[in-house]
Amino acid sequence: MITAGIDMGSKYVKVVILKDGTVLSKAMAATGFEPAEAAAACFKRAVQDSGIDRSSIEHITSTGAGRKAAPNINSDITDVGAAAKGVTHLLEGVRTVIDVGAEEGRGIKIEANGKVVDFAVNEKCAAGAGAFAEAMARALEVSLDEFGKLSLKSEKTIPMNAQCAVFAESEVVSLVHAKTPKHDIARAVHDAIASRIVSMVRRVGINKEVALVGGVSYNCGFVDSLGRALETEVKIPENPEYVGALGAALAAGERIK
Amino acid sequence: MVENKQEFWRWKEYNWHDESLDPKGAEIISAGVDVGSVSSQAVVMVDGKLYAFSNMRTGSDSPDSARKAMSWALENTDLKLEDIHYTVGTGYGRVNVPFADRAITEIACHARGGNMMYGPTVRTILDMGGQDCKAIHCDEKGKVTNFLMNDKCAAGTGRGMEVFADLLAVPIEEVGELSLDVDEEPPPVSSTCVVFAKSEASSLLRDGWSKKRVLAAYCSAMAHRIVSLLDRIGVEKDFAITGGIAKNSGVVARLEKELGLIALKSNYDTQIAGALGAALFARALIEKQRKKVSQ
Repeated sequence: MITAGIDMGSKYVKVVILKDGTVLSKAMAATGFEPAEAAAACFKRAVQDSGIDRSSIEHITSTGAGRKAAPNINSDITDVGAAAKGVTHLLEGVRTVIDVGAEEGRGIKIEANGKVVDFAVNEKCAAGAGAFAEAMARALEVSLDEFGKLSLKSEKTIPMNAQCAVFAESEVVSLVHAKTPKHDIARAVHDAIASRIVSMVRRVGINKEVALVGGVSYNCGFVDSLGRALETEVKIPENPEYVGALGAALAAGERIK
Repeated sequence: MVENKQEFWRWKEYNWHDESLDPKGAEIISAGVDVGSVSSQAVVMVDGKLYAFSNMRTGSDSPDSARKAMSWALENTDLKLEDIHYTVGTGYGRVNVPFADRAITEIACHARGGNMMYGPTVRTILDMGGQDCKAIHCDEKGKVTNFLMNDKCAAGTGRGMEVFADLLAVPIEEVGELSLDVDEEPPPVSSTCVVFAKSEASSLLRDGWSKKRVLAAYCSAMAHRIVSLLDRIGVEKDFAITGGIAKNSGVVARLEKELGLIALKSNYDTQIAGALGAALFARALIEKQRKKVSQ
């Protein structure tokens, strides 16, 4: 049985082609201004890489913020449902999934079989999402990758007064003027995002194991801050940015049966 | 190569003084300094009349901004800092006004200043500042009876408008007028967060929207956001708007329409409400002090 999942994220489109629980291929492309076209191109690439014929894909399920805009799909699943399914497939014993993307954050409470019990979402405010770290890295004129690594060099906690990403930018500028080292500023920013996310996840409860998925999982500075804020270890699956697409492909399989 | 980028958000700084007033021999010369997160104002009053003021951007150093605002207000006047009998500091940086005799919250100062600017009938003052937005209820004496504020989120503040002016390359003073120059009112920008609203605006421009239409959509979103803040505290007549956004006709017109209320107009500069209130407090405080001494 071959299925496909398309995750239409706000920043990137991800595609996973799945055969009997094994990933045949995956592809990613910037969403840009034409999400449907980006998804079609990304899907084509994934099919080519998988070596299978397009017609052998039995069911395609989309997820993500723009899931209704995905081309040629058979069904769709919410971000929350897809993340829960994807994580359960990859890691054992997870009860809390934290999904942080470019423009949203989610806390999901799940059962052992991956069933969603409760969830909390922030998609209104950049302060609890990847966009915040991106904007601050830009303000400090370092790459996002470097920004994460810088954060690990710091051992100092500087509380940020501003909650809002726009106000935080002025605060970062004043910190720079006050000759605060870049790595301390980086940690302050990651701590701020982590604290916003943890207070959101607390609303559904935090139970071990805790898994982190979504593109922001690649930011080692954020992962460090999140671990400290949660006071527990955070598990990150391989290819965390593809978890949503994988979950969608798994859901597609269930829908055939 | 040096990139010469125009900063569209930069509003003009200015100072003013009343040449017809002679401060020499005045009984009470009082001053108020409002050090806000984005702008700072200094107001000098002579026997209860507005004599001079300045309005400028706050720098990274609060004491320095306070000093600059004050010396600029006094520029070309017959007064020096030593001539001022009493000074009250207010605003976000109020404790950092080095020459102030006292600090008073900006909420109290706005109500007091609004009372003078708009008259004793004003009951609700909406102060739309650079990094916060306050709805203040006050009595006929300009005393605060209740208030509500948002200082956590840039949506609905001057900073949000600055971000948009920069994005669309429109000088901030022109945003209001341009936003009203549309044939038909577009739906408001749907994102609350300024960061997300920025991406939304970029895609609207890509969809072929004119700058004016995007500005109209943003001014309307801002008005809507403010109305939901006002709804939580209620609007009692008369209603007045102070702060920098009060100068944005695009936001004000949409706000008035949504509220079904017309805001009072004033001959005073809407950005000096806090500093004016501080100067009024300063005057009352020195009067009290003198009475005590003479008793």
